[in-house]
Amino acid sequence: MEDLYREVILDHYKNPRGHGVIEDADAAAEGMNPLCGDEVAIYVEFGEDGETIDEVKFSGRGCAISQAATSMLMEMVKGRTATEVGELSKDELLEEIGIPLTPIRLKCALLGLGVLKVALHRSKGTPLPDEWAGLDDQFKVS
Amino acid sequence: MAVGARATLDARKLRADFPILQQEINGKPLAYLDSAVTSQKPRQVLDAMTSFYETSYGNVHRGVYGLAERATEAFEGARDRIVRFVNAPSSRELIFTRNATESLNLVAYAYGLATFGPGDVVIVTELEHHSNFVPWQYVAKRTGASFRMIRLTETGELDLDGLDEIAGDGNIKLVATNLVSNALGTVNPVEKLTAWAHEQGAVMVVDAAQAAPHRAIDVQALDCDFLAFSAHKMCGPSGVGALWGRRELLEAMEPFNLGGHMIRKVQFEETTWGDLPHKFEAGTSPIAEAVGFGAAVDYLNEVGLDAIEQYEHDLVAYALERLVDVPGIKLYGPAPEKRAGIVSFNMEGIHPHDVAQVLDWEGVAIRAGHHCCQPLMAKLGVAATNRASFYLYTLPEEIDRLADGLLRARKVFG
Repeated sequence: MEDLYREVILDHYKNPRGHGVIEDADAAAEGMNPLCGDEVAIYVEFGEDGETIDEVKFSGRGCAISQAATSMLMEMVKGRTATEVGELSKDELLEEIGIPLTPIRLKCALLGLGVLKVALHRSKGTPLPDEWAGLDDQFKVS
Repeated sequence: MAVGARATLDARKLRADFPILQQEINGKPLAYLDSAVTSQKPRQVLDAMTSFYETSYGNVHRGVYGLAERATEAFEGARDRIVRFVNAPSSRELIFTRNATESLNLVAYAYGLATFGPGDVVIVTELEHHSNFVPWQYVAKRTGASFRMIRLTETGELDLDGLDEIAGDGNIKLVATNLVSNALGTVNPVEKLTAWAHEQGAVMVVDAAQAAPHRAIDVQALDCDFLAFSAHKMCGPSGVGALWGRRELLEAMEPFNLGGHMIRKVQFEETTWGDLPHKFEAGTSPIAEAVGFGAAVDYLNEVGLDAIEQYEHDLVAYALERLVDVPGIKLYGPAPEKRAGIVSFNMEGIHPHDVAQVLDWEGVAIRAGHHCCQPLMAKLGVAATNRASFYLYTLPEEIDRLADGLLRARKVFG
């Protein structure tokens, strides 16, 4: 059971990568998990090609799973293009997280990915799968 | 500990009535410390519903055959017992609903929407569950009435000193509060607030969802105008709740749901409404659930509401004493003598979800979240809290296991 909080998860939770805010970001969105009120905002800056993610940061508050997963996501997507990240499957992130999650905790783990998808969808028109499209309304543009 | 010596009920004996509590979670006996969200059900309630379905089920107030008569008798018998449970003056004033939320929406739509207008003031508290907050906010917006909130003191009690200022110059039409806070356990001074509301000529709405399971309720002593509660929090089934309302108000109100059963005469030109309480009970009611609600009220009366209140008071005092020593804990809410069996807290550096997850490994079930009280969470400056809540079947050693589980969480998170 304690695998849930294995060292790498706790490390990302306590020392989140890419934690912060980008002022005047090229793309940004924020979202919340209505179950617990947790919030995540993500800010993206593109490179000169207007496509490659040069810098990506997140802010907000949440449980170890949501914060660690979002922190891991920041490392995963930096240097990739908006198109690539638009196509990034949740399984790829879940594999990186590497722990079995119950359906409720899955919502925590995928909050950051959903917010990032919404941000890219709004700024670059990347596809927004149905599971996140329903949440689009609640994700205010920062 | 002191609980055993002062208790007036035998929780260990009562637990035998609750089949669900006889199980293990993750290899540990289930410690169900989430009764504020919903209570577990005793065998007596389950049996009453099964027996009703097996021997007496039919639709009510419709058929003339024997079974329909028996079903109607059981349904109305349950209503009568619930009426006595809250000491309402008449069975006509007690309406079966889906739950306390629907009861409050009934008042918001059928009374508020029809009565409020610009220049009117609707007052709620910072401590409300969304079910007694959002309907009033919405109806105020729809009618142009202004929406005000009674703030909390630092100890989580209603700040009644500022009442007149909150009221402003408007025409105060309605005050809505809970009797017991689901998030902090605060027992609110409803009599005092009601007296003030009535002085202003306002109607008083009381959300008793969190109070009715745990203490004797007397609508005549409270002197309120509407009171809402849910069966599922008081040993009864989900799917049924009740609204008590003052007869003259209910009679003056238009119906909330329209359809079968609630009518007197339907013609193409016009439809007239049935008598109370039927005017507010359109469609087929939750019949077996109402019968279960009646059985739940019988069960609580048998145990004794005063004994339940006293026992939970002892439990909460013990819990506060036990938890205060947990490193990095922050406890919310008032002193034990001003609260029901609810303890809300946070652990420094550990999110409530993670706390609840580690406790689940120990078989301890608590709630982690905003408890449908986001205005209160904003006041506390948090997104969520942990909440342990107790009932007549809670054992002191389950509180010990909660405290031990918190130490384990502290260990996991360093």
